[in-house]
Amino acid sequence: MRITQGTFSYLPDFTEEEVRAEVRYCLDNGWAFSIEHTGDPHPRNAYWEMWGLPMFDASDLDGAMHQIDECRKAFPDDYVKVNGFDRTLGRQTTMLSFIVHRPKEEPGFYLERTEGQDRRIQYTIRHKAKLAS
Amino acid sequence: MASNIKPAEKKSRWASGITPYAEMGYYNADYEPKATDILCAFRLVPQPGVEPIEASAAVAGESSTATWTVVWTDRLTPYEHYQAKCYRVDPVPGTDQYIAYIAYDLDLFEEGSIANLTSSIIGNVFGFKALKALRLEDMRIPPHYTKTFQGPAHGIVMEREYLNKFGRPLLGATVKPKLGLSARNYGRVVYEALRGGLDFTKDDENINSQPFMRWRDRFLFCMEAVNHAVAATGEIKGHYLNVTAATMEEMYERADFAAELGSVIVMIDLTIGYTAIQSMSKWARRNGVILHLHRAGHGTYTRQKTHGVNFRVISKWMRLAGVDHIHAGTAVGKLEGDPNAIRGYYNTLRANTLKVDPSQGLYFEQDWASMPAVMPVASGGIHAGQMHQLLDLLGEDVVMQFGGGTIGHPDGIAQGATANRVATEVMIQARNEGRDILNEGPEILAKAARWSPELRTALEIWKDVSFNYESTDVPDAVGTLTV
Repeated sequence: MRITQGTFSYLPDFTEEEVRAEVRYCLDNGWAFSIEHTGDPHPRNAYWEMWGLPMFDASDLDGAMHQIDECRKAFPDDYVKVNGFDRTLGRQTTMLSFIVHRPKEEPGFYLERTEGQDRRIQYTIRHKAKLAS
Repeated sequence: MASNIKPAEKKSRWASGITPYAEMGYYNADYEPKATDILCAFRLVPQPGVEPIEASAAVAGESSTATWTVVWTDRLTPYEHYQAKCYRVDPVPGTDQYIAYIAYDLDLFEEGSIANLTSSIIGNVFGFKALKALRLEDMRIPPHYTKTFQGPAHGIVMEREYLNKFGRPLLGATVKPKLGLSARNYGRVVYEALRGGLDFTKDDENINSQPFMRWRDRFLFCMEAVNHAVAATGEIKGHYLNVTAATMEEMYERADFAAELGSVIVMIDLTIGYTAIQSMSKWARRNGVILHLHRAGHGTYTRQKTHGVNFRVISKWMRLAGVDHIHAGTAVGKLEGDPNAIRGYYNTLRANTLKVDPSQGLYFEQDWASMPAVMPVASGGIHAGQMHQLLDLLGEDVVMQFGGGTIGHPDGIAQGATANRVATEVMIQARNEGRDILNEGPEILAKAARWSPELRTALEIWKDVSFNYESTDVPDAVGTLTV
C-alpha cells in the first residue's frame, strides 16, 4: 500500500527538480525548512525524528537539497518528509509538508477491532512492520 | 409614523406625545464612534415621504432604547449613554436605498451572548412600518466585546495540526442521496470516498434520525467506514456526524456518543439557533471534537439585496459563537454567490484584521484580536475541472466539498475521490512552482489526466457543467463607501 500522508502523495513520486521547486517555494516564503524521518508512520505519530534542527533564515537551496539526500542515505528504509514552517503571528504552524522518500516496501496498517457492548467497536490502527517485530 | 408629523414649533424633548427619532438624540452627525462601540451598517429603503435621516434614526432608536412615544422614565437613566446613535447616512447612487451607520455603546450588550446581541440589533426593527426594507450589511465588533466570546472550538491552525494535513485545501463530500439510504449503505459511501482520497465526508443538513436510518446506527457504520479508510491510507479521516436534534439533551447525547466512538468531528445546523450553537461550541472545545456548521436556512434572509442580514454578518456572529467550519459559498458552483462578496466572507472568517473594502462589501475595519479563524467550506455543484478557479478564488484554507463531483463519477466513488485529490495536489504543485494557474489550469489538469484515469473520466463527464446565473446580491459599485 502507499501511505498518502503529506501534500503530494497522490502524484507520482517527485523528481529532484520537482522537490527542488517546492523547497524553493518554502525558502522564498521565508519559512523555516526542516527534514524528518520515521519507521513508524502511524497517522497519529506527530513526532517523526528530526534530521538536525529546522533551518531558519535558510537561503541555500543546494544546501537544503543536500541535507535531504543525506537523510535519505542514512535512513533508506524510513519515510522522509520535508516541512515548511511559518512563525508569523496567527499562523505559527506548518505550511507545507510532503514525503520525499519511502521504503521500497510499504507494509501498511492493520485495523484491530475490539467488540464492546451495544455494537460498539474500539478501533486500533497498527503499522504492520511494528506488528511483525 | 413619527416622521410625517411636523410640529408647528419645536417641541420640548420631554413633552408627551410623539417626537421624531432624529430629534430625540438617535441621530447625531457629530458623534465620533468610540473604539469600544459596536458599529452597524444598515441598508434601508424608507417609505415614500419618510426622510432618510429620520428613517435611520428610527432604526437606531428601535434597536436600542426607543419606543414610539416619549416616556418620562427615560429621565431616570443616563439615556444619552444608552441611545444608539446614527452618525452617518449615505445615499446609494442610482437607487432608493441609503446606508445608515449606527453606533451602539458596549453597555447595551450582555457579554458573550449572540442571542442578546442579535435580539438588540435585529430584534425589532426589521418589521418597522416606516421602512420598506432593511438589511444589516456589516458590523464592527470591537476587541472589548470579541474577547467575551470563546470563539472557534479549535480554529484552522489547530484543526490542521490535529489532522496532520498542511499546504492544501481539505477535501470532502456530502453523502448522496441525502435521504433514504440505510445505515449500512450510507457507510459504504463514506468508506469509498475516504479511501479514494477525501479527508472528510458529511451528513447533509436534513439527515438527523429518520425512519429509514436512525442516528445511532448511522454513527456506528460511519465510524467503521472512517477507521477502515484510515487504515487503508495511513491518513486521518473524518465524517461530519450531524447531531442536530429537537432538544439540547438529545444533541448532547448524540455528540457524546460520537466522541466516545472517536469521531474527530461533529456537525450542527444553523437551524438549531444561536444559543444552541454556542452550547455546542463549548461542548466541542471540552471534548476535543471539531465543530462543523451547515448554514441551513440562511438563504431565507441573506440573499435579497435590500432586506435581511448579509452573510458577512452571519460569518462574524458564527466566528464569535465558536464554530470551526462554516459553509460560505463557492462562487462557481450551483448556489448563490458573487465572487467578490464571497472573498469578503472568506476574509471575515479567516483574517485577523480586516480593512474597509467596498469591492468586497466590507464597511468597517475589524480586529479579531487573535480569535482563531473559521475554516470556510465550499460546497454545492463544484467539480475537479474547476480546481484552478476554486484555488485561485478560495485559497488553501478551505474545505472543498465535491458531493455529486465524487459520488457521480462513472467508475465509482473512490475513483471520484481520487480525481478530486489528484486535481487538488497537481494544482497546488503548479501554484507553488509559480505558474499562472488561472490561465494554465485546464492545461495542468489535462496533463495530469494523461497518467490519472480517474481525473481523465471526471474532466470528460463534467467538462460542460457551469452555473452562470446573475447573483442577486453583489456589493455596491466600487467607491460608494469611504469610511
